[in-house]
Amino acid sequence: MIVALIVMAVLVLVGAAVLVRRRRRAVPMLAPVAREAMPEVLVAEVAQRPVLVDETQFLESRLGSSRSIFDRVRTISSIGSLSQDQLDTVEEVLLRSDVGVATTAAILDDLRENGAPDGVAAAVRDALLASLGADRSVTTTAEPGRVPVWLFVGVNGVGKTTTIGKLAQRHVSEGRSVVLAAGDTFRAAASEQLQQWADRTGADIVRAAEGADPGSVVHDALGRAAARGADIVLADTAGRRANSTNLLDELSKIRRVADRDPGQVVETFMVLDATTGQNALSQAREFLAAASVTGIVLTKLDGTARGGIVVAIERELAIPVKFVGVGEGVGDLIVFDPKAFVDSLLDA
Amino acid sequence: MFDALSERFERLGSSLRSRGRLSDADLDEALQEVRSALLEADVELGVVRAFLDAVRERLSGEALNQSLSPGQQVIKAVHEQLVEVLGGSPLKVTYASRPPTVVLLAGLQGAGKTTAAAKLALWFKQQGRQPYLIAADLQRPAAVEQLRVLAGQIGVDVFSEPSDPVDVARKGLAEATRLGRDVVIIDTAGRLSIDEALMREVRDISDATSPHYTFLVIDAVTGQDAVFTARSFHETLELSGIIVTKLDYDARGGAVLSARGVVGRPVVFASTGEKLADFDLFHPDRMASRILGMGDVMTLIEQAERTMDASVVAESAGRMMSGTFTLDDFMAQLNQVRKMGSLGGLMKLMPGVTKEMRNAASNVDDGELNKIEAIIRSMTPRERGEPSVIDGSRRTRIARGSGTTVNAVNQLLKQFAEMRKMMKQMSGGGMPNLPGGMGRMAGLAARASAQRSEQLPPGFEALGAGMSAGGPVARGGGGKNKKKKGGRVTPPKQR
Repeated sequence: MIVALIVMAVLVLVGAAVLVRRRRRAVPMLAPVAREAMPEVLVAEVAQRPVLVDETQFLESRLGSSRSIFDRVRTISSIGSLSQDQLDTVEEVLLRSDVGVATTAAILDDLRENGAPDGVAAAVRDALLASLGADRSVTTTAEPGRVPVWLFVGVNGVGKTTTIGKLAQRHVSEGRSVVLAAGDTFRAAASEQLQQWADRTGADIVRAAEGADPGSVVHDALGRAAARGADIVLADTAGRRANSTNLLDELSKIRRVADRDPGQVVETFMVLDATTGQNALSQAREFLAAASVTGIVLTKLDGTARGGIVVAIERELAIPVKFVGVGEGVGDLIVFDPKAFVDSLLDA
Repeated sequence: MFDALSERFERLGSSLRSRGRLSDADLDEALQEVRSALLEADVELGVVRAFLDAVRERLSGEALNQSLSPGQQVIKAVHEQLVEVLGGSPLKVTYASRPPTVVLLAGLQGAGKTTAAAKLALWFKQQGRQPYLIAADLQRPAAVEQLRVLAGQIGVDVFSEPSDPVDVARKGLAEATRLGRDVVIIDTAGRLSIDEALMREVRDISDATSPHYTFLVIDAVTGQDAVFTARSFHETLELSGIIVTKLDYDARGGAVLSARGVVGRPVVFASTGEKLADFDLFHPDRMASRILGMGDVMTLIEQAERTMDASVVAESAGRMMSGTFTLDDFMAQLNQVRKMGSLGGLMKLMPGVTKEMRNAASNVDDGELNKIEAIIRSMTPRERGEPSVIDGSRRTRIARGSGTTVNAVNQLLKQFAEMRKMMKQMSGGGMPNLPGGMGRMAGLAARASAQRSEQLPPGFEALGAGMSAGGPVARGGGGKNKKKKGGRVTPPKQR
């Protein structure tokens, strides 16, 4: 029971502060607070705004900058051992794409040891592709008599609900009947958001009031899916930080409920925002432990972020990326292609 | 917050502290460690380089300080540079002379704009303002609904209509003026910095409403892209500051350093939890101390003042010193502490707390605290005042009454006994041997508090957010604070 210790620590701290203060001045600790007169500031001082950047230039400069980095690697035609400068350039390219310090170091070690017989660019590409070798197939069927469930987990704001909408569309267009379980009962209006996706895609949806037990929503969705003979259930969950045991325990519970007859969890996707940096690795580790994640959906890859951290995740935890989100439209979700991904990682 | 970063610096700190002299090679090695720590914390590469150069400059330019060991000097230089990059003292929010003061929020999808809008509205409300929200995110399904629900929880009105975002913003502003609201917060749709049409739209919203403050809302776990995002939003909107969200995520928070380093605008607010009240001004100097594992006693004390009932605390603190602390007092204190927020969060603010304790604390939930309360409530008044009378059969009864086990009761009693022993020692004059450097901490708290009461006139604390920049804790040289001897605490010299 660490609690007593902590409470005690706070007490010691606050107690000491209070005592000292009392000793110093005998006035009540919280005297009525007089509101400070807010300085009036005229807005005329606000700086001149810049002219809106011309977008073609904007894009070109962006592509230009990232290309030039890689060009520096590409033009290195050394065979055999690489110089420190060349290694530094490779390091910069990798670090800037969020691949991470550990993975970068491993690839650099590899380059140092084996050189680059086919040029540096090819060597880096091969090294990255070698890290992305996992099986990427998705399961859409369960044991006979059970309803397959895809469960979606992730931190807040990565695009879980949107991803479910897009995947619902994919299933519907492949001829499956879909039931959505609005398991995010925490965030305000999350189930309205999913409802709109259901309306758009023609999927069935099970909702509950805000604050309801997410497990029960999933349970009800399974009941409805079984009763109507639906082909698949897509279950949403509330975004949660990955460093809270309680929130992770809740997630484990939702997964257990979803995996109970008549349901069977056949895929658990961790939805990951491509802009996420090194924290994604700890997210993956925690969600893997709590909910047996089977795949990653990498979202918002249409922006400027490259999502290189998935390389580290696949290397360390063997969780493969299966889908990629590339826009806000219902069709903007594609199957992950390692080659194209590595090219975009290195090529901008 | 910045956990990983602080740990690395902690490790770095201890290896340097153990050395007497610092050679060039040592410095290179130390800076290499700092580099890895920053990169692993997602600080952008360019920012990292500039940071390291600046630290090196500091160390070479500065005359060798005789009172600090070489290792402490590195840490001091890193700390000072962190404070500089993060931006000294918090930004002072001022209000337009002709209300309403308009605040525009922009950012990528999923950064937390809508939640931040509601939290910001609550913050302004707590400042005695009358905020008004405009939901101009017509892109994401149910975004307006989300803002309405959140605003309902804090009693703030929301304006929106299903038309065009620019029209919504314009009409909303007119409506706010008509209603006489003095702060208007505009929530916009998430957009990618390379989406020209949407960037133009947010620029149009900005032109139509001439905001006094334009904040970029950025996710603390953003990777290297933070710089690019910040830069392009700055080019389009001329940001006045940054709001960091999700700082409670183990977030090493490098994005804060990156965005700040590139755009040169201060981080103004930070959001540190799911509750709407988990939002406050960002204190760069305190954050720098936290990064370096020095804790943040100032914030802790401020939080205590905001939430605790002073008379209850003072009363039991007095009894604590006289050695007559009872389980009743303990429970009263426990409830006061709970009001301050999660234990995990509190632990992060304390200096000298080990990682294990911090982790253990962040996993203590309400259920466990409820259990403790249940155990104490299952005791008779006499048992609470005199825990020594609790024998075996009483223990069984208490366990049954509280729905726990005898084991749990035993543990609680044992911890309580230890606690009392330590308090007695403390009131005897010296700081006891507390685990995890808590004695040191108490000394720090005393000093911090002493200094504050000297600096600020009575009753000024609630306004004091940000006025205490550069308190004793933030001063360089972590871990060199010796255990205080003697009850009398001397206030440190003023800057």
